[in-house]
Amino acid sequence: MSQNISVKVKVWRQDGPQATGQFESFDLSGISTDMSFLEMLDTLNEQLLKEGKRPVEFDSDCREGICGSCGCMINGMAHGPERGATVCQLHMRSFKNGQTIVVEPWRATAFPVIKDLVVDRSAFDRIIAAGGYVSVKSGRHADANVMLVPKDTAEKAMDVAQCIGCGACVAACPNASASLFTGAKITHLALLPQGKVEAARRVQRMTDQMDSEGFGGCTNIGECLAACPKEIKMEAIVSMRREFIKGAFAEPPRQAGSDNA
Amino acid sequence: MLPKIFSSSVFKKILMSLTGFGLVGFLITHLIGNANLYRSGSDPFNTYAAKLHSLGPILEVAEIGLLGMFVLHIVTALQLKFRSRNARQDRYAVNASKKGPSKSGFISQNMALSGLLILAFVVLHVKQLHFGPGMDAGYVTNVTGESTRDIHRLVVETFSDPLNVALYVAAMIVLGLHLRHGFWSAFQSLGLTCERSSKALYIASGLLAALIAGGFLFMPIWIYFGVQS
Repeated sequence: MSQNISVKVKVWRQDGPQATGQFESFDLSGISTDMSFLEMLDTLNEQLLKEGKRPVEFDSDCREGICGSCGCMINGMAHGPERGATVCQLHMRSFKNGQTIVVEPWRATAFPVIKDLVVDRSAFDRIIAAGGYVSVKSGRHADANVMLVPKDTAEKAMDVAQCIGCGACVAACPNASASLFTGAKITHLALLPQGKVEAARRVQRMTDQMDSEGFGGCTNIGECLAACPKEIKMEAIVSMRREFIKGAFAEPPRQAGSDNA
Repeated sequence: MLPKIFSSSVFKKILMSLTGFGLVGFLITHLIGNANLYRSGSDPFNTYAAKLHSLGPILEVAEIGLLGMFVLHIVTALQLKFRSRNARQDRYAVNASKKGPSKSGFISQNMALSGLLILAFVVLHVKQLHFGPGMDAGYVTNVTGESTRDIHRLVVETFSDPLNVALYVAAMIVLGLHLRHGFWSAFQSLGLTCERSSKALYIASGLLAALIAGGFLFMPIWIYFGVQS
């Protein structure tokens, strides 16, 4: 049953990367419980535009929970109180009439705030660029099932491949660690025959990049697992450590053209 | 120059695990040996202490190794703690756990604090007992046939003071809480768990923490109330 509620939104306002931010409160009434959280913010922004004020900046794209663009801290929880959902898939029925909702951007040194709720997540792109790929000429796409992968392996790989890179794991982590994201990417490729070849090099490069971006270390608390909209499991991080140890004992790569004898 | 791998945060966690396991190993042997305190009279404990110290150089090497692990565990922990501090300079105004699979709580988030409290306790403990009054202060026993240190007397005297009893009990509770997250966490950091074993190990870790902390915790109480004599 849809109903209309009133909420008080306390949202982080920051004019730019160097500016000091502060909270600003808005009272909203007539919010349908069927609205998504982002639609509630749209309503707020329409109101602000009518009043000639600067709307609240936030990221969003697909609004169906699969692109990884949206995300913010809602009452101290990444993507809000609902589990297994991004902010666009969070609905106002999760909130009570008259409730105060505190909205903050992801906070991590590696994710600097650009404006209001928008943060720069390019650190994730650089972790991917460091090794989250397979170095083969792909040509035109191959026929399905040319390279056979056992069903359970394919399922495990898919579980971690679901990561949409939203950054909730970093935001929720008390150490602002990117281990769940990096672990998911490393595990995904290490499980599949196409990715196995470069597994040792990949884990080293990606974890190095993760460290140099300034993310914290993992303390196995698992708040990331609770925050992940794709419900990626601890296994992703544990398997990253396994790959790391395996990689440390792997033979260093030969230089091209060197004598193989 | 150390190889690059040593500076990795993933490697540092592996180091935390290995030194942590070593320290747990010490705690277990220390507990088994000291369990002699639960036996009646001063002879069993003094005999154990005399036999342990007759190991000579083997004991010295073990002590140096233990100290090394202890220092490495602390130094690495502090490095990781500072990394985490720097990783989030602006705190959240509101922060809450989403529960579910999360083990977020005061204990898991304050391992450095419990660790430092344990460090403070260890300094006190070693000063009070290991470097406490010895044979030249008249603490002598002849339990093994030759004169050895009467450590039992020192232990009994230490725990006749209720302040010491309270301090040691409190320290063991902190140790138990540290091990509660730490022992399980070490398996994760070494990549040794899968989904099912992780759950089992979490329970086992709680049991081990309770066993170690409980085993030590009742010693001062036992002695204070004179149950053993």
